[in-house]
Amino acid sequence: MIKLIVLIVAAALIGFIAWWFFGKHTTRAVDAAVTGDIQDAAVEVSGGYSPSTVVLKRGVPAHITFNRKDPSSCLEQVVFPDFGINQFLPKDQDAVIDIDTSKAGEFDYACGMNMFHGKVIIK
Amino acid sequence: MSIKNRFVFSLIVSLPMLVEMLAAPFGFMLPGGAWTMFFLTTAVMGVSAGPFIQSAWAAFRHHHANMDTLVAIGTATAYLYSFYAMLTGKAVFYESAAFVVTFILLGQYFEEKMKHSASGAVSKLVDLQAKDAEVMRNGQLVKVPLAEVVVDDIVRVKPGQKVAVDGVITEGTSTIDESMVTGESMPVTKKAGDHVIGATMNNTGTFMFRASKVGSDTLLSQIVEMVKKAQTSHAPIQKTVDKVADIFVPAVLIIAILTFTIWYVFLGASVVNAMLFAVSVVIIACPCALGIATPTALMVGTGRSAKMGILIKNGEVLEAANRIKTVVFDKTGTITAGHPQVTDIVGDTATVLDVAASLEASSEHPLAAAILDKAKADGRAVTAATDFKAIEGKGVQATVNGQAALIGNDKLVADYTLTPELSTRMAQLQSEAKTVVVVGLAGKIIGLIAIQDAPKVSSASAIAALKKRGLRTVMLTGDNQRVAQAIATEVGIDDVIADVLPGDKADNVKRLQADGPVAFVGDGINDAPALTTADVGIAMGSGTDIAIESGGIVLVKNDLQDVVRALELSKKTFNRIKLNLFWAFIYNTLGIPVAAGVFFALGLSLSPEIAGLGMALSSLSVVASSLLLNTSKLTSTPAPTAA
Repeated sequence: MIKLIVLIVAAALIGFIAWWFFGKHTTRAVDAAVTGDIQDAAVEVSGGYSPSTVVLKRGVPAHITFNRKDPSSCLEQVVFPDFGINQFLPKDQDAVIDIDTSKAGEFDYACGMNMFHGKVIIK
Repeated sequence: MSIKNRFVFSLIVSLPMLVEMLAAPFGFMLPGGAWTMFFLTTAVMGVSAGPFIQSAWAAFRHHHANMDTLVAIGTATAYLYSFYAMLTGKAVFYESAAFVVTFILLGQYFEEKMKHSASGAVSKLVDLQAKDAEVMRNGQLVKVPLAEVVVDDIVRVKPGQKVAVDGVITEGTSTIDESMVTGESMPVTKKAGDHVIGATMNNTGTFMFRASKVGSDTLLSQIVEMVKKAQTSHAPIQKTVDKVADIFVPAVLIIAILTFTIWYVFLGASVVNAMLFAVSVVIIACPCALGIATPTALMVGTGRSAKMGILIKNGEVLEAANRIKTVVFDKTGTITAGHPQVTDIVGDTATVLDVAASLEASSEHPLAAAILDKAKADGRAVTAATDFKAIEGKGVQATVNGQAALIGNDKLVADYTLTPELSTRMAQLQSEAKTVVVVGLAGKIIGLIAIQDAPKVSSASAIAALKKRGLRTVMLTGDNQRVAQAIATEVGIDDVIADVLPGDKADNVKRLQADGPVAFVGDGINDAPALTTADVGIAMGSGTDIAIESGGIVLVKNDLQDVVRALELSKKTFNRIKLNLFWAFIYNTLGIPVAAGVFFALGLSLSPEIAGLGMALSSLSVVASSLLLNTSKLTSTPAPTAA
């Protein structure tokens, strides 16, 4: 009897894991706030990047402020391969990264181990 | 709390449990028994493992799972089960949770230290920068911080001082050690008019120079920028790894649940044993070794090559360089020194030289420079000709002292008749690898000028080294077949494609690509289309003016041996990436079945503690293997690696 329950619970757990991690979960894109001639976006780093997609206007100088709440050493660096940026994010402090917005496009970024991903869209 | 402190804390707190585990066979028990273990492990879980759990939870809410998820679930399962077992009077295994946390933190601590030394190349380059400079302001020399030096400033450099920025010497001579930027081991003698590079070390003399590039425009800044980009780039091979990593952790969790269920429900194992198998699976499967296999090797490889004056733009180039079958060289300035000199004059020396110099006085063609240099050396007064008219693809004609004069290449001969004596001389000179210029006056050919661009000293040995690596070597040139062939024979090139117009270089590269991936080596100034068409464009810089945009690999020095070194280093780095990935994969694919108890019947199994230790070792071995790239031997002539 107990074994049957264990079996059912295990099947349910596997189903949940598959749905939770592999299912489609929409993420929303956030526009950067433009103040004067500079645009700003804040990204909280905690188990990933939220918001994970930031939309910037082309040609306007942009700052993205990362604030790492997560203690994991996985997330302590943020890497933008297209811009050659590899920045250390101190925990619980703002780290401002300047983004070159002269070219439009979608630019992926990731943590140092390339396990967590985010995206900057410039248009 | 830093990783180091978390590690030290968990080590100290776990020690009593380690003592008990070792001494238990002799009847030793911790005072307080399971309750003492409970308190000790609770401390470890709260203080040292807390951040794992915190970040696992944060990731979970984002539908993500990472190595923290595995560590947190593995240790929490062991801990919570032991708590339940303690209350119901069954056997506990608190120590598993505590030891796993300790081992994983140990691994992370070393990994952090090693990653730091792997990424050290860039900061070492930045440190080369001079801190201040003696600058002429209002007629007086004043010391100003580096940031205040502007273009056109006159800067004085004394022996033993660093050159602050890039510029051109205005007065004085000296020898300068440029090894830190170009990798060139011998000090270079510089005089007025020569370029100097910021951050290089002045050895013997005092000189003044005019700053031409400051701040982020200097060669050193551009090198730093390029190395940074290369180190953060991804090799295409990494993409497959990323795809695996995305689904890896959830897949491992599912495998762990299956392991538990199969052992407990179908094989009738006890709850404790089934759970130990499941926890081992979770712990051994941490994919960190996979995640750091590529970036650390890329970092060390590009950092080391940068120190030798070889800048590899990104991981993609590195991977492509590995598949190259043919190396195509531009002739002038690449295989040859690019400073043509007049070697022979046929006909009446004075007249021929005078006419030729007059015609070439305002030309910027490299051959014109050779003729003018010769005229100057012979002390001839040069009067510029008038009424210039270009003869398309052949030369120019103009009026010199009221007479029609012309100068051009051997194609001009078609329009005029050459005496038999002159044509024999012409063929003879061409077969000596000399470019022959025809000079005419008043409708008659009056003489020939032979100009030679000698091969660089290093060319022949570099090409021999490339052939030894099984590569086909091809020379592309606008020169005629006979001259090109003579140079090719001298340096040992396999094939020659001569008479190529500058615009057709790219098309020729494309044609060669039919036989396999091609690397094109050019000086980067007029070779941009060919450099971008080739699978790997190798731009040879000449000191300060390097064309960083045009090539995938930029050689700071003007030495063909660096082509060999660049290809060899690319291959070494890429092979190291493959080796790292292989070990990381093998480790996981073998480790999981063993941990799941597949080989239990054979007596082979892993406890969670051993799994934790193994995980730490796998990350360490990958980082260590990447660092070994720094010391791996190169078969091409050893380049000194300046610190």
